[in-house]
Amino acid sequence: MRKLFIAVLFAPLAAFASADELQLDRANIDPHDAISIQRGVRVFVNYCLNCHSANSMRYNRLTDLGLTEQQIRENLLFTADKVGDPMTISAGRRDQRQWFGVEPPDLSVVARSRGADWLYTYLRTFYRDEKRPSGWNNLAFPNVGMPHALWQLQGSQVLKIESEEHQGHKVEHKKLVLEHPGSLSTPEYDRLTRDLVNYLSYMGEPDKTKRSQIGIVVLFFLLLLLVPAWLLKREYWKDVH
Amino acid sequence: MGKLKALLNWIDERFPLTANWKAHLAEYYAPKNFNFWYFFGSLAMLILVLQIVTGILLTMHYKADASQAFASVEYIMRDVPWGWLIRYMHSTGASLFFIAIYLHMYRALLYGSYRKPRELLWLFGVLIYLCLMAEAFFGYLLPWGQMSYWGAQVIVNLFGAVPFIGPDLSLWIRGDYVVSDATLNRFFAFHVIAVPLVLLGLVAAHLLALHEVGSNNPDGIEIKNKKDPKTGIPLDGIAFHPYYVVKDIVGVVVFLMVFSAIVFFAPEMGGYFLEHNNFVPADPLNTPLHIAPVWYFTPFYSVLRAVPPLLNSQFPGVMAMGLSVMIFFLLPWLDRGAVKSIRYRGPIYKAALALFVTAFLILGYLGTEPTNLWGQFGPWLGGADRATVAARVFTVIYFLFFLLMPWYTRIDKTKPEPERVTS
Repeated sequence: MRKLFIAVLFAPLAAFASADELQLDRANIDPHDAISIQRGVRVFVNYCLNCHSANSMRYNRLTDLGLTEQQIRENLLFTADKVGDPMTISAGRRDQRQWFGVEPPDLSVVARSRGADWLYTYLRTFYRDEKRPSGWNNLAFPNVGMPHALWQLQGSQVLKIESEEHQGHKVEHKKLVLEHPGSLSTPEYDRLTRDLVNYLSYMGEPDKTKRSQIGIVVLFFLLLLLVPAWLLKREYWKDVH
Repeated sequence: MGKLKALLNWIDERFPLTANWKAHLAEYYAPKNFNFWYFFGSLAMLILVLQIVTGILLTMHYKADASQAFASVEYIMRDVPWGWLIRYMHSTGASLFFIAIYLHMYRALLYGSYRKPRELLWLFGVLIYLCLMAEAFFGYLLPWGQMSYWGAQVIVNLFGAVPFIGPDLSLWIRGDYVVSDATLNRFFAFHVIAVPLVLLGLVAAHLLALHEVGSNNPDGIEIKNKKDPKTGIPLDGIAFHPYYVVKDIVGVVVFLMVFSAIVFFAPEMGGYFLEHNNFVPADPLNTPLHIAPVWYFTPFYSVLRAVPPLLNSQFPGVMAMGLSVMIFFLLPWLDRGAVKSIRYRGPIYKAALALFVTAFLILGYLGTEPTNLWGQFGPWLGGADRATVAARVFTVIYFLFFLLMPWYTRIDKTKPEPERVTS
């Protein structure tokens, strides 16, 4: 009886603890892999850029990735007329609020607030949940308003909770099990989300790789400048005793 | 050459150009024994110039409008040529300004630079520090991210804790019932013109006061007491130009290397210089779980959180936070030591200063984290948050450094000061 009482007492705590414990999977993206980012932008415009906007990102910025304006116009330009336009969407915000309960956020800088690892984990931890209006829930973002937009690719997962006794406490482990496979195998889906996250990360700060390249030149110049500055100081300070 | 000389004469008859050049550079005699700690004054001035220049460039593209501010910052980051560089220089410069000022103030604590006859010099310096805090606070709202918004909301609400006039006061500051477009516009005005004007005036006053009394030095003795009988120049003084100009150039290059390393490789500094949550646009309906100010305010924020409310009012905490900054003004009159420099002070002052710096750093760290950081104590302490108890202990140490100073500096066993500066 006493044991049961303690178990009931700690049950909410245990649930809370396990929710906090979610370990983010490493996205391991390579910002220099332009091909991966190119694959990512294709997923982005096909699956994300219907409900989510990226208002700060212009289509022709993708020429950074080695694409020509012609290629962008033919393959990626779905939501705008001109290649210099930003990635806006036409869905009304009020409609969206009605459909999802929230307005889908603009994704221009989502990688900078959430981080690549979180996005990678989030995109892979959707599971079926009949209690949610959309029929979907998520481990990284509990009770998220967004349904699983990539479910046809990943398939649908279900949540299995295993509990075990650990040092007198009941510890719960959450595990996702792929119930109905999608059109991609799990490694293929992981690669696709990695590409997508790589794109989101690039879009968060398109000048990032250029920035570090310039930084090396600047630091090298300053290192060279330090030599005459030091010699000048030494020469003048010979007088000071 | 004759023509150039004639031009200079023409100017000097109408404006004291040569006289000022001599008074402040070529014939301003500074002690010859400045060490590492003496770089940060001129570096702070360099950062001030950088902030003004990058700030002017940012205002050319930034929109002080609640519906456009966030997007205009991203516009600067992407569509303005080199906009990302200007923005990162400005955001990094803000944090490095505080680092330079904190080290500059620490130097004053080390060598007693606030002591007679430099009390006014110190007061101007503390005023500059206050202005800098205001400048940083107003500027942080402008990107209009979640942390901008809720940080401003929290700080303005602090004024609401003032008895009687509080709610009206915070309403008056915001210009609205919540932080809004009206608040953004006035903070923009304060950030780009009002506070910088005051800041520049104070910097001028700080320099004039410095050049009137002369620089202190790591030995804490007055070089003006030992002058060459023929020339009247202090025996241990060297002309600021060229000696300290060429020395400061080395300091500037090293500083620029640190600055560039941050700007080009880690402008966010792991979320300390640019907080992750500030890349989410401000949302008045969505309060973040954990609101923390930027790192340079966190020691004082810790003091605010550490003081328990009295009669359901947060006012004691607000008072303590205000005092923790204002108390720096009193320093010249709290210190009763027989010597100025740490080199000749006794063990008590050295221990007190070490404790104070430790308290400042730990309070700063705790201010960046939620109060449940280290979990809770058992029932014997009422289940209090460990981090809150630690913050209380270090808040007490912080204040005791100042409050007990008149006593412990007097009883401290000091060593005799040298006649001339040591190298």
